[in-house]
Amino acid sequence: METFLTILLDGLQFSSYLFIVSAGLTIIFGVMKILNVAHGSFYAWGAYTAAFFIGKFSDMGMPDAMGFLIIIAAAIVVGLILGFVIEQGILKYMYHRDEVLIVLATFGLFLVLEDIILIAFGTDPYFAYQPMALLDSVELGGIIRDVYGLTLIAVAALVALGCWYLLNKTKWGTLLKAVIYDREMGISMGINVPLVYTLTFIGGAILGGLGGAYIAPTISVAPGLGTEVIVLSFAVVVVGGMGSIAGAAIGSIIIGILRALAVHELPQVELFVVFAVMAVVLVFRPEGLFAPAKPRKI
Amino acid sequence: MLEDKTSKFVLFGGVLIILAGAFAPNWIVNQFMFGFSRALAIVGLMVLWRTGLVSFGHAFYFGLGAYAVAILDIQLGVTDVFLRLLAGALVAGLAGFLLGFILRNYRDIFFAMLNTAISMVLFGIVVKTESLGSTDGFAISMSTIFGLAPETKYPLFVIITSVGVIAALLVNYYLKTTYGRLTTAIRDNEIRVEYLGFSVAHAIHLKYTISTILAGGAGALMAMSLGQVDPESMINWTVSGELVFVTILSGPGNVIAPFIGSLVFEVLRTYAFELAPQAWQLIMGATFLTIIFFLPGGIWSLLEKLGGRKNGK
Amino acid sequence: MKHNYLARAVGLAAISAMTLGAGSALAKDAITIAVPSFLTGGAAGPFGIPAMNGAKMVADAINAGKLPAPYDSKGFGGATATIEAIDEGGGATKQVAEYRNLVEKRGVDAVVGYISSGNCQALAPIAEELKQFTIFATCGTPRIFEEAPRKYVFRTMGHATADNVAAAMYVKEKYPDLKGYTGINQNYAWGQDSWRDFDLTLKQIMPNSMASDKTQFPKIFAGQYGSEISAMSLDKADLIHTSFWGGDLEAFIFQGNARGLFKKKIGVFTVGGTAAYRLGKKLPDGLVLGARGPYGILVRDRDSALNQWFVNTYKNLYGTYPSGPAYQYGQAILAAKIAYDKAGSDASDEALGDALRGITFESFSTTVEMSLGGGHQAVTENGYGITKYDDENGENVVTDVKFYPGSCIMPPEGVNSVDWIKGGMKGAKC
Repeated sequence: METFLTILLDGLQFSSYLFIVSAGLTIIFGVMKILNVAHGSFYAWGAYTAAFFIGKFSDMGMPDAMGFLIIIAAAIVVGLILGFVIEQGILKYMYHRDEVLIVLATFGLFLVLEDIILIAFGTDPYFAYQPMALLDSVELGGIIRDVYGLTLIAVAALVALGCWYLLNKTKWGTLLKAVIYDREMGISMGINVPLVYTLTFIGGAILGGLGGAYIAPTISVAPGLGTEVIVLSFAVVVVGGMGSIAGAAIGSIIIGILRALAVHELPQVELFVVFAVMAVVLVFRPEGLFAPAKPRKI
Repeated sequence: MLEDKTSKFVLFGGVLIILAGAFAPNWIVNQFMFGFSRALAIVGLMVLWRTGLVSFGHAFYFGLGAYAVAILDIQLGVTDVFLRLLAGALVAGLAGFLLGFILRNYRDIFFAMLNTAISMVLFGIVVKTESLGSTDGFAISMSTIFGLAPETKYPLFVIITSVGVIAALLVNYYLKTTYGRLTTAIRDNEIRVEYLGFSVAHAIHLKYTISTILAGGAGALMAMSLGQVDPESMINWTVSGELVFVTILSGPGNVIAPFIGSLVFEVLRTYAFELAPQAWQLIMGATFLTIIFFLPGGIWSLLEKLGGRKNGK
Repeated sequence: MKHNYLARAVGLAAISAMTLGAGSALAKDAITIAVPSFLTGGAAGPFGIPAMNGAKMVADAINAGKLPAPYDSKGFGGATATIEAIDEGGGATKQVAEYRNLVEKRGVDAVVGYISSGNCQALAPIAEELKQFTIFATCGTPRIFEEAPRKYVFRTMGHATADNVAAAMYVKEKYPDLKGYTGINQNYAWGQDSWRDFDLTLKQIMPNSMASDKTQFPKIFAGQYGSEISAMSLDKADLIHTSFWGGDLEAFIFQGNARGLFKKKIGVFTVGGTAAYRLGKKLPDGLVLGARGPYGILVRDRDSALNQWFVNTYKNLYGTYPSGPAYQYGQAILAAKIAYDKAGSDASDEALGDALRGITFESFSTTVEMSLGGGHQAVTENGYGITKYDDENGENVVTDVKFYPGSCIMPPEGVNSVDWIKGGMKGAKC
């Protein structure tokens, strides 16, 4: 029972940050049909920005609770700046090109952004443990857990709820769905598609940044951060179905729990289990377990 | 088979490079060995790319080829350069042929992603398995040629260059056959190709298998030139990205392009790393973006333009 | 006028050519030593940078003739050394390509450094192939000199076996009632060897304690250990062994601390020394701390002239006490000086090797005997202590420090580490 609860909580914690990052990736894919490799860099930039300022503010003697504000601010600033600059500066000129070529362009961007991190933040790892220390720890299932890690699950739930509300209950969401289903139709209906693209990309980038910023206090923020997370989120969106928020949620829960199970019961398979699932899903259900319905075009 | 301009150029260039290599300093010979080893995989990716397929997971076959050499070396003490090359190409080619039955039905991003997934499965296994060298990988003993252990790297360089020449000639020939020509046609309209009485699945399967044999051979040659294999620089997804990067850099225009592109890549990387060790990825990424934006035909198209101007066309 | 200038220029050129020629025939005035270390990545701050600082400080002092006796002669065999800092990041294969460039393109005279066991293992055969005099400074896997005899490659500090046998002996002394133990180590040569040696030694000397069947081997530089910490918290074992180093070490300490891991379990940190100065109050009390030998915090108070010079100069230059990697790189540079002094600054790689092979020398904090691996692998003492935060001075100290002589914790010449431990550590002189 203790083991079960522990695996569940470990898994959900891992799923949570994967979901936040993947939600951004999948929204961008759903609307713009861009598989954005540079998304890993948004995550890394979010983590670095948050960790850097949490440390700076703490050194200046500000209360540690500021950390939470910094996390949110870091995600928004990173998403706004990187999202806007990349969409307007580069991607805008590529929409008529081949999908795969756009993936490659984002890979080039990824390489560039990774090194700008090194130049901007240096190579020393950052530790922004203050928010985690602030929230203390509790005993759950016979072991001690940090409360901060548990709040991660709540934040992911909030993000999921927010996305659902935005898509289904607002006028914006209706527009977005119109563009997702049929771009040309959207244009002819008078939707400002370029604006939708820009805002979507920025929104996705903010989610990528938020994933990084929120996880930052619990990890060592060091170079190479984005390399692993991007393939993990690829796995998540593939398993769940590319372009679907619900899919990203299911995908991250499956992958998070499987990985936690592996670490506890069979540590040797921890790394490959994620990708084995991804490959199996691609082989038997290439559209993913929860792909959005595809309209038929005549 | 050898009448066309490309074949003549490949033969002539190969001989010239082999002769020049005898007088070149070691580090330049090294650059050529690394460059030409990688070029083999690029030739394969180029064949796929012409059909509109981009694999973001060919490090799987590259890694299989490299690890085949390592395992043969450690388990059986096989050091012969030809046996090693053959093993690498065969293992990768067999895997590619079998997986091809599945992959030939995939296009676009799904094709790219399934390849990524497969390569990452291998990555996860190798990294976590101590008997496969885990993160460290293996050192590979010097290759022998028919039982003789060469004193210098030059013989291996000659072999790699020759293998490159043969591969380039064969692929060049293949691209002129009917199935080989089914590239742009498939990319543009598969149904039309089917109506013409060709099997798209078969055509793609063949191209895929060719690309995996070449990638495996490339991995084997790279392992021998470097004397080392490890998962991070042989199997991880970033390696697949690197391979695609060189493919785009080279351009799909001609089988010679991958060899030139790989050399440029090797030199670019060496100097980027020497001059700006903290910014070499940035330099590579920026080059990549520049190529995608301003030179969609890669270096080859640039050479063609220059050549065209000289001829007054 | 013009003619005059030309004549003078030709004359000058001729004279300088003659002197240059004459100079190189006798001895070189300048040599280049490549010093690879982690300059990027998570390992740079805690490990790579202090290592590089140590190497540069010692090399500068040697160039200026400012080391304490008996090393107060100027230069490396009289030659001034230029240190070329090289980044060790990017994986073994990239390092192999880089190493070839260093030797064949840039033509460095000696290579002194390397932290990662993965890199050392990959480079040892390449160095032999290229016949390049190379001193490994820090990397720890014992396999390097046990797999094959080496001619051009040396290592001037003890290997993983010493660290972990000493750790096991210390554990036996401090916690004789230990029931079970588990471990978290990185999944590469260093982590695997460290765990194997520790586990095998405990099986020998504490047969009543049980090893956990779920030891963790996360990927190197993973930086995120949430599930692993949960798994170890649930484990019945009361001791956790780790050979984590650099950024991974610090991340693990932070994350484990927040989860109360080190309150419930005894932590044994074989490379923990670097964290003692960097983490301050955030380092938990009561950890068993090693520094991969007699270096860093374990030897800060040793009052030999060499050690006091090292500690004080480092503190003045870099504002902090030197940690293990600084000592280890300094020691390797010192070994290079000794080799060059003996063989001459223009000596061949073979002659440099002959000069270093099998010698015993006094280093900054300890005596180094190059007595294993055919005289290529150093043997030194090794020690452990328990961490404690000293509120008065606001810094970490180690208490209960105990040192074990090299002959007690390393196998005799010609015996493979694993066989030696399994065979009951025959011939150990404790």
